[in-house]
Amino acid sequence: MPENLRDIKRRIRSIKNTEQITKAMEMVAAARLRHAQERVEQARPYSQEIDALIKRVAGSFSDLTHPFFLARERQQVGYVIFTSDRGLCGAFNSHVIRRAEIELAKEKEAGLIIIGRKGRDYFRRRNYNILSEFVNIGDDPAVDQARGIARTLVDLYNGNIVDEVNLVYTEFISTGKQRPVVYKLLPLTQPSAGSEEAKDIKIIDYIIEPSPQDVLAMLLPRFIEAEVYRAVLESRASEEASRMIAMSQAKENAGEMIEQLTLLSNKLRQAAITKEIAEIVGGAEALKG
Amino acid sequence: MAEQAKGKWKTFKLEVITPERVVVKEEVEAVVVPSKDGLLGILRNHAPFIGALDIGVLKYLKDGHHRYIACNEGIFEMTGSELRILSDTAEPGEIIDVERAKEAQKRAEARLKQKSREIDILRAELALRRALARQRAAEAASKQ
Repeated sequence: MPENLRDIKRRIRSIKNTEQITKAMEMVAAARLRHAQERVEQARPYSQEIDALIKRVAGSFSDLTHPFFLARERQQVGYVIFTSDRGLCGAFNSHVIRRAEIELAKEKEAGLIIIGRKGRDYFRRRNYNILSEFVNIGDDPAVDQARGIARTLVDLYNGNIVDEVNLVYTEFISTGKQRPVVYKLLPLTQPSAGSEEAKDIKIIDYIIEPSPQDVLAMLLPRFIEAEVYRAVLESRASEEASRMIAMSQAKENAGEMIEQLTLLSNKLRQAAITKEIAEIVGGAEALKG
Repeated sequence: MAEQAKGKWKTFKLEVITPERVVVKEEVEAVVVPSKDGLLGILRNHAPFIGALDIGVLKYLKDGHHRYIACNEGIFEMTGSELRILSDTAEPGEIIDVERAKEAQKRAEARLKQKSREIDILRAELALRRALARQRAAEAASKQ
């Protein structure tokens, strides 16, 4: 704690500046969060419909095959880890990285695909086996970026470089609640013939052109894209929510410090006045004598 | 307007959905879908159908007016009372930037002239077809 009045005043001014900056950052994060949340909502119908269609087509023709449905021996397991490009977002990155490390510790051989600069820096420093990385995703990720990631994942999987693909991302539950989750993307579970959607199709008796197999081959890569896109968007929304809360806390802490320092400065000022009066009174007494 | 004079056609629900958003969600009277097997006209109560969508212009009729959407590859599903179109991208003709589409066309044509790998040629061809479809959709929309 500074001792003299002038230092304290200077310190208060500096903290006030910090408070203003964190307040501005909180507001920016809130605006971006709202936008990111909208994107998550808007993307939902597509992935729901794709999922329902796959269940309908694959569930009703059990003889359909696709490489994505075939589980193979897990030699190298791929983990896609979604982190942020920028910092100052509380424990967002450390939570998702810790979740990933729990999984990685269980694997004999793992290959990483890293999204975001923070994750890349972390895993590079620790000499993990990084197969691919995507940085500078930006504030408003476009579906094309998710397509690029999805294409890389499919290539790694089809090329037998990884035998399983897992996504590790932060699920957005609400502004106050986000949770890192692990989600197995590939291989896909073949929908069972007993599902509701499959029963539908038996009753409706669809015409499928060119053929169920071809339609499935069109649906599955799009499903992968939609899932990657969803993970990117949810991760973005979680990042901004986490940043907003971190900044709001920083703002409150700054306010508290200002309060304490103001109190201290008032005390010191009062002490100085008291001392001056005592000196004057003392001087006057001496003159009388 | 001729269709309306004869009495309105029975409507059904049309949804055009891309990974980013729902582009169209309307009660419509008729739709022409660019499928992989050619243009496919769909009215209410069409037999249940799942098909492959191709790059092209989707056209639909609502309240006697035609509207045009530039589509990409994807899948469509007709249940009888609902037509759902899942397209990689979809742009209504009115909002298409024709200049940009023309530039994309030129770029794709230039790439096709170069000798390059097969995959690049394939991509350039797709880009060219997309650029042309967007121009067609924009032109058709402007004539309304």
